[in-house]
Amino acid sequence: MSPRTNVKKVDGITKESTQAMIDRTLEAYPEKGKKKRAPHLAPNDQASASACVKSNRKTVPGVMSARGCAYAGAKGVVWGPIRDMVHVSHGPVGCGWYSWGTRRNLMSGKNGVSSFAMQFTSDFQEKDIVYGGDKKLAVLLREAKELFPLAKGISVLSECPVGLIGDDINAVAKQMSKELDLPIIPCNCEGFRGVSQSLGHHISNDTIRDYIIETREFAEPETPYDIALIGEYNIGGDAWSTKPLLEECGFNVKAVWTGDGQMEHIAATHEVKLNVIHCYRSMNYMCKVMEEKYGVPWIELNFFGPTKIKESLRKLAERFDDRIKANVEKVIARYDPMMQRVIEEVRPRLEGKKVMLYVGGLRPRHTVGAYEDLGMTVVGSGYEFAHSDDYDRTSPEMPDATVIYDDASEYELERFVHDLKPDLVASGIKEKYLFQKMGLPFRQMHSWDYSGPYHGYKGFPTFARDIDMAINSPTWGLVKSPF
Amino acid sequence: MANNLGLTVKPVCEITPEEEARVAAWIDTPEYREKNFARQALVINPAHACQPLGAELCAHGFEGTLPFVHGSQGCASYYRSTLNRHFREPAPAVCSAMTEDGAVFGGQNNLHEGLENACALYHPKMIAIFTSCMPEIIGDDVSSFLKNARQKGHLPKELPAPYANTPSFNGSHVHGYDAMLAAILETLTEGKAVEGRCTGKLNFIAGFDANVGNYREYKKILEAFGIPYTFLADISETFDSPLDGTYRIYPGGTPLAEAADSINGKATITVAPYATSKTFTWIKESYTGKHVSLPMPMGVAKTDALLVKLSELFERPVPDALKAERGRAVDAMTDAHQYVHGKRFALYGDADQLVGYVSFLLEMGAKPVHVLCSKGSKKLEKELHALLEASPFGKEAKVYMNKDLWHLRSLLVTEPVDALIGDTHGKFAARDAKIPLFRFGFPIFDRVNKHRYPLVGYQGVVNMVTEICNTFIDLADATSDDRTFEMMR
Repeated sequence: MSPRTNVKKVDGITKESTQAMIDRTLEAYPEKGKKKRAPHLAPNDQASASACVKSNRKTVPGVMSARGCAYAGAKGVVWGPIRDMVHVSHGPVGCGWYSWGTRRNLMSGKNGVSSFAMQFTSDFQEKDIVYGGDKKLAVLLREAKELFPLAKGISVLSECPVGLIGDDINAVAKQMSKELDLPIIPCNCEGFRGVSQSLGHHISNDTIRDYIIETREFAEPETPYDIALIGEYNIGGDAWSTKPLLEECGFNVKAVWTGDGQMEHIAATHEVKLNVIHCYRSMNYMCKVMEEKYGVPWIELNFFGPTKIKESLRKLAERFDDRIKANVEKVIARYDPMMQRVIEEVRPRLEGKKVMLYVGGLRPRHTVGAYEDLGMTVVGSGYEFAHSDDYDRTSPEMPDATVIYDDASEYELERFVHDLKPDLVASGIKEKYLFQKMGLPFRQMHSWDYSGPYHGYKGFPTFARDIDMAINSPTWGLVKSPF
Repeated sequence: MANNLGLTVKPVCEITPEEEARVAAWIDTPEYREKNFARQALVINPAHACQPLGAELCAHGFEGTLPFVHGSQGCASYYRSTLNRHFREPAPAVCSAMTEDGAVFGGQNNLHEGLENACALYHPKMIAIFTSCMPEIIGDDVSSFLKNARQKGHLPKELPAPYANTPSFNGSHVHGYDAMLAAILETLTEGKAVEGRCTGKLNFIAGFDANVGNYREYKKILEAFGIPYTFLADISETFDSPLDGTYRIYPGGTPLAEAADSINGKATITVAPYATSKTFTWIKESYTGKHVSLPMPMGVAKTDALLVKLSELFERPVPDALKAERGRAVDAMTDAHQYVHGKRFALYGDADQLVGYVSFLLEMGAKPVHVLCSKGSKKLEKELHALLEASPFGKEAKVYMNKDLWHLRSLLVTEPVDALIGDTHGKFAARDAKIPLFRFGFPIFDRVNKHRYPLVGYQGVVNMVTEICNTFIDLADATSDDRTFEMMR
């Protein structure tokens, strides 16, 4: 990342004021807790373009963290959205039940016939813990194949007990793949592994690499414009916004990883000319693998808000010929006025409003530009499960000296909100009601609060409308009672 | 051709519309149903969660109580977000965030550090500790960890820290609720039994019930009688706190001192015989006063039974206000019976609620047809059969224990009914069967205010009548042609 010179400032926020706020917040912790949390909170240094906080460390016990687990990353993010496979939550009933439909996996196809946004589990009982669940797994896989004949494969996602009792799901998967003539993918993503859902993404990527990639080839002839859209999860239909946009620019989007994804298309991705990655955190590793192994280059893009969309499309066009460059300019020229009209309508109501973000994946940095398009300033940002390279990428996006927090506890967020007095908090379901009780407008940014899409030109008007209504709902005026 | 893993490389091939149509038709057939019911190992769309979720719900029902999950981080996150989504309220809880090293060395260090941080940051009056899978499997001795925590000062000497084993690999959310309630009451009441003392109060236990409207309805009934009471595990404020610009980490809950003194109560009633069976067995041995286990008061007869019992226990007549309310409920049922008489229902849910739904439907002349519990017991099966057999409207019913919502789907498409009662997860089966779903259970993620909408007591009867009948009337309007689209229904 190259250091930048045009540093963004926010009135009233200096390195000193932010550090003082952090220090006050840390006061409440016992000594050991304070020592552990301190490196995860810092004022941004925009010019340096490097991470100012430590990340990807163990969550401190007893603090209210928003983090999930490796299983959550594997099931909810990477595997779950692949629509033509049965995904078995292998272990006790809870993990599968909690993850069922809560990370939004909008899918094409007919549920239970050709797409499987359902909850499959081996529902471990005590006897499975004692005697092991491998035999049950083999039976279950046969049953799944018989009841769902159009499924293109089955993933087996292990929950904590499977790893703890030493079951060998890999051996079962190998044997059953042969018996059923179906890809059966064992994914050892037990929740206790690693420090967050991020390891679940990584483990899942490994299994895609080992069991899926290169097992299919596209049926139609290749073209110079074959690309894959990586790290696009179709939250609220985002893939259905970005894919047509890229197609309008002249690309053939051959596979989407993994929102509304299809196993066989994912399996042939090694044949594309370029991987276009949106959620860097969850899938940069697979892009690197495909680059090393198959020579497929990759590029990071941002589809939030017209400024970033425009930048991204031009960056993408640079990799291609004049035909694409001309198409991209045409597309930008077509949508820009529409976006301008959205901004003209909404911006006067949002100008100067402050936002605090706390999400996962790419949103704590990628959405900054979209808020800025609406005239808003992001005064705090952080991730549930990021690594250092995410913070490197965040630093240039965030205004200087604003607070950056990693794996923030609810206590810390509450303190920061108290001091910074944002007009909107954009975070997850676990934070939502806490801030709403304070009378603070909130949007759930993991799920777009069940709205969407927010990506691409189709998504921005929805984003703008939602942010406008979150902040300007007349209900906020009723919070303080007259008596 | 093979790739470098030795796997055969095949061309990408799409599912054709014909194949899709063929299988879509097949999964609706009796043949498929037979295959589906022959399943031994695979569970598809279960209608129950795991124990710790119930334990957390229970813990939230006590004053100043911080639920503490001993186990991995992800579990705590899942329980919290599930409660957040259902209630649309905060659900503050912490965990010991165990990872691989915890699996190897045990969770004592995590637990101790977690207790210290939680006390410093969140100032609880009680920490309710319950386990997820991991410490259960590695055999953490939480009782001795807690003793050590007190000795080493990680846990203040006087802070109550009840603890329940709630492994996710047996039972369900209902059993976890029961285990936590027993642990909390045992801890709080220890040494509090006073010979000869009687508080004169009723202890009321609702069990795993994620409807705050129900709690308010129970209180309304008790207050109408003028019966002094202690509501044990009272989540009505915790999960329905006002929006007034202030975030309170612990709104409401049963006051701890009152819960401690509940052991000296005049009587204890549970209206959740299935969801509090362990707790109630212990209460019968330990608590003074009378002990009464009643079915959940859904429908008129079961509400009557509660009122009769309260009247008997406290030697007070049923108040006129409740008599009038009963009359209005019966009036509402009679006025509306034509919209639901003979209508066929499928229903599923937790045991206590299931008995309640069946009871109500039979009173309305509706026919329960498929009655399904995904974590049932012989006792429940027997009770349901007895209830159904006692009514001419129960003759068609079949009871299915330990079946899931994919089984239910087969039932709905092969033996059609007019409507389904269940939680949000039933919406897929209901859609495939093209019938309305009445969201009466837990969780309800996709409708507003259902968690505030009481289903117990006479008001609950009126509410169920209103919702069910109006939906059938809506359907009549939506499906009628111009000639039969009428002002009156």
